[in-house]
Amino acid sequence: MKAEMRRDGQQRFDVLVIGGGPAGMAAAVRAAECGAHVGIVDDNATLGGQIWRSESEHGPTEDAAKWYQRLLTAKVTKRCGVRVFHQPAAGVLLAEGSDDLYELRYGNLILATGARERFLPFPGWTLPNVMGAGGLQAMVKSGLPISGKRVVVAGSGPLLLAVAAYLRRHGARVPMICEQASWSNLARFGAALLRHPAKIIQAVQLQRELAGVPLAPKSWPVAASGREVLESVTISRRGKLETINCDYLACGFHLVPNTELPQLLGCQVSSGYVQVDELQGTTVQGIYCAGEPTGIGGVELALVEGQIAGLAAAGRAQEARKLFAERDRARRFARILDQAFRLRPELRNLPSAETIVCRCEDVSYSCLQRHASWRAAKLQTRCGMGPCQGRVCAPATQFLFRWNPDSIRPPVFPARVESLALAGRREQQAAQ
Amino acid sequence: MSSQLTVTVNGTSVTVSAGTTVAVALALAGQACRTSVTGEPRGPLCGMGVCFECRAIINGKLHSRTCQTLCEAGMEVKSEK
Repeated sequence: MKAEMRRDGQQRFDVLVIGGGPAGMAAAVRAAECGAHVGIVDDNATLGGQIWRSESEHGPTEDAAKWYQRLLTAKVTKRCGVRVFHQPAAGVLLAEGSDDLYELRYGNLILATGARERFLPFPGWTLPNVMGAGGLQAMVKSGLPISGKRVVVAGSGPLLLAVAAYLRRHGARVPMICEQASWSNLARFGAALLRHPAKIIQAVQLQRELAGVPLAPKSWPVAASGREVLESVTISRRGKLETINCDYLACGFHLVPNTELPQLLGCQVSSGYVQVDELQGTTVQGIYCAGEPTGIGGVELALVEGQIAGLAAAGRAQEARKLFAERDRARRFARILDQAFRLRPELRNLPSAETIVCRCEDVSYSCLQRHASWRAAKLQTRCGMGPCQGRVCAPATQFLFRWNPDSIRPPVFPARVESLALAGRREQQAAQ
Repeated sequence: MSSQLTVTVNGTSVTVSAGTTVAVALALAGQACRTSVTGEPRGPLCGMGVCFECRAIINGKLHSRTCQTLCEAGMEVKSEK
């Protein structure tokens, strides 16, 4: 059965928000409450982003429910399961749903594209049941039974603790949490938490939920093994190797911001983050950015940046300024995160010669080693040319080889031929 | 409260709760989502629609990201070779 493509009518919004996580929801709510006609678009089946991803049996968190209610009350138009892939002309975005194609016109645009996990290649990391930490959590939230399963949680960042606690609540056995950061870095991070009241409560809760689970600092997976699926993982723990039998390895090395769409639209990115002014405005007039793409800072920072962007995009700069102090506090926390979970250089030695780095095209570490740059590697090996368009391997090679991923080109997501045809027509019209 | 529905994964029926993604249905059936270009079995990695490792054939549509698609009654899912 071939799904028939339906072309929905064009839609125009005063403020269009891309990304329905906390930053995007807060932005949409504040702009709509000012009276603007607001649309919000998200690739996922529901709003909430990764952190508020709703669970069938539990429903959304209190905070998420509050923002969602405001979004409904303010009559924000939402489009879920829809991803933006191209801007054929200024002020127009093309987006694809599973069977639909949207042409979204906007006055002001707010990019709240969130972050993804950073994955680092090591032998065996392509085996089924080796997943991201957030990746496994998302799978459990969407129905994967985890009760009684043994899950090694590894990588870096506070997400590991949240995921381990979540998995335990759902009956998983977590033999160990391997964190690549050192004790002293973790201690510094812990001390910083105490200066943020909202975080203290989270920390105390986590501590209770993770009682009895060893948190091993300066530890990381060196190999995952199994026939067809994962059976065990070997970790390096303070210099010694240890093998743990497990059903899943939940492994992510902190987060990297999703800057592909901002880059496609011409927004300046430096040191990996979208550059914004005090009102969250990017270097492109009328385009704002909020949340993780401007710096990894978690949900509190995302919410306040989103609100500032929403107010600013609706022409309420004065009101937005009232939130600057709150944003400053949240940004201090973001800086501490960045320092505490910086990747240690030893992790560059994780891949062996045969380890696959680009999972879409199965390009091995030794094939990439010969090249001097991301671009050369792309041209010669097809690294980063598969359907994920380098979203997994580009951050990995950036760390492994210090390559700089460049040249973001449309479509930023694989799109259907019919969609590309419309993109072409709109480009021609814009040029005339 | 959650209603059950049945999908077919590589010819075998799998019953799941409403709200379950196709990626989870594949996992419940013990099936890899796809086979890589060098012949390795692959399953979901990111769980959020970014990595495309979970792509499979849903109702005849190639390259569908199964972690972003909810199961619907009668859906036919095939691993991508």
